[in-house]
Amino acid sequence: MSFELFSNLVGAFFTLCIFSFLYKDNPFYQMSEQLLVGISLGYSLVLTYERVFIPYFYQPIFLKHEWILIIPSIIGLFYLFRFSSKLSWLSRYPIAFSMMSVGASVALAMHTSILVQMRQAMVPIENINLALIFIGTITVLLYFFFSKAHTGVYGQFVNIGKWFMMVGFGASFGLTVMARISLLIGRIQFLVNDVFLALKQAFFG
Amino acid sequence: MKKTVPLLIVIIGGVIWLAWVFVPHRIIQDVFYYDFYLPWARAMAPFAMLLGVISLSMMHYGKIKRRVPKWQYSFFFFAGFIVTSLAGFIGGTQKGGLYMWIFENMQMPMSATMFSLLAFYMASAAYKAFRARSPEATVLLVAAIIVMLAQVPFGVKISKYIPDISQWILDVPNLASKRGILLGVGLGSVATALKIMLGIERSYLGGD
Repeated sequence: MSFELFSNLVGAFFTLCIFSFLYKDNPFYQMSEQLLVGISLGYSLVLTYERVFIPYFYQPIFLKHEWILIIPSIIGLFYLFRFSSKLSWLSRYPIAFSMMSVGASVALAMHTSILVQMRQAMVPIENINLALIFIGTITVLLYFFFSKAHTGVYGQFVNIGKWFMMVGFGASFGLTVMARISLLIGRIQFLVNDVFLALKQAFFG
Repeated sequence: MKKTVPLLIVIIGGVIWLAWVFVPHRIIQDVFYYDFYLPWARAMAPFAMLLGVISLSMMHYGKIKRRVPKWQYSFFFFAGFIVTSLAGFIGGTQKGGLYMWIFENMQMPMSATMFSLLAFYMASAAYKAFRARSPEATVLLVAAIIVMLAQVPFGVKISKYIPDISQWILDVPNLASKRGILLGVGLGSVATALKIMLGIERSYLGGD
């Protein structure tokens, strides 16, 4: 048995372990689930060490002697005080440092989510589709405006927004299902082509 | 000291970050951003990862120690974590090593299968929604079915208009609803960011 076939068999085993959950929760699925979490954590830890710790912590401090970076490193260490009941307040310092950037998000969210969308929405209503988009946008926005009760004519108008959202959610649902199905097809192709056919070839020629 | 200083860091830093968006001056763009914030944030980042590793390890250690139901599976977590970490730290991350072998033959197949499982559960959720027989659920499912059919050759065989209808759904009602939701999300984000910057929202600092 070649090393490639052995590797594929390992992949197939864990694929089937995860698929076994479709029948019911079982020890094979539980084992694979915990193994996946552990492997993902180990993978991320090594990547963080190699791509963040070495180039942005070790090299600047110990090779380039940028001693000032010892200060953020100490502040970063404060994260670990999260586990101490008496000193957990120290972990607020690195959190506060990362929360500073919220100032930029005021302007950036205003630009990307509001101004750009409004500019795209404010076009001459030249055809029925543009009219539908305009009505849809207004009614969806009003649907989430809870300061006025959704009753009477206003309620009926606002209700149009719900129907637009249902179509939008349906479209998102359809696209997501298709993305998941393409993953499923990929796994089945792997089991059939890379494992079953390879096994058949290895043992029966 | 416990809450006021972190709060002041957020408020003062937030104002500087807001200025960073609008002020093109060298002190803000280069000195603050490139010489101060980026190197400092990057030097802190590995410790956040360490926090996650310790937190998850402590959780699983606690499960084993207290012998909670299904505690035995926590050993698999430690096995996966330790073997992958050692493979990366000792053997390196290059292709052909144990680290990449684990990634390609264990991590990738398992995570892809985990996501593909969702196809079944989404189909089951769709069935349950259809059983509700409400007009809203019907509209949702009809839109979903048209969008799905348009992506496979079978859909075109049913009717040559299905891809056009699907494109219209994506371009018109879907766009209108997503734009309305995005505008709401944008307004909410700006309001929340302002509340954090002005010190009104403090839940991220935790209790006590």
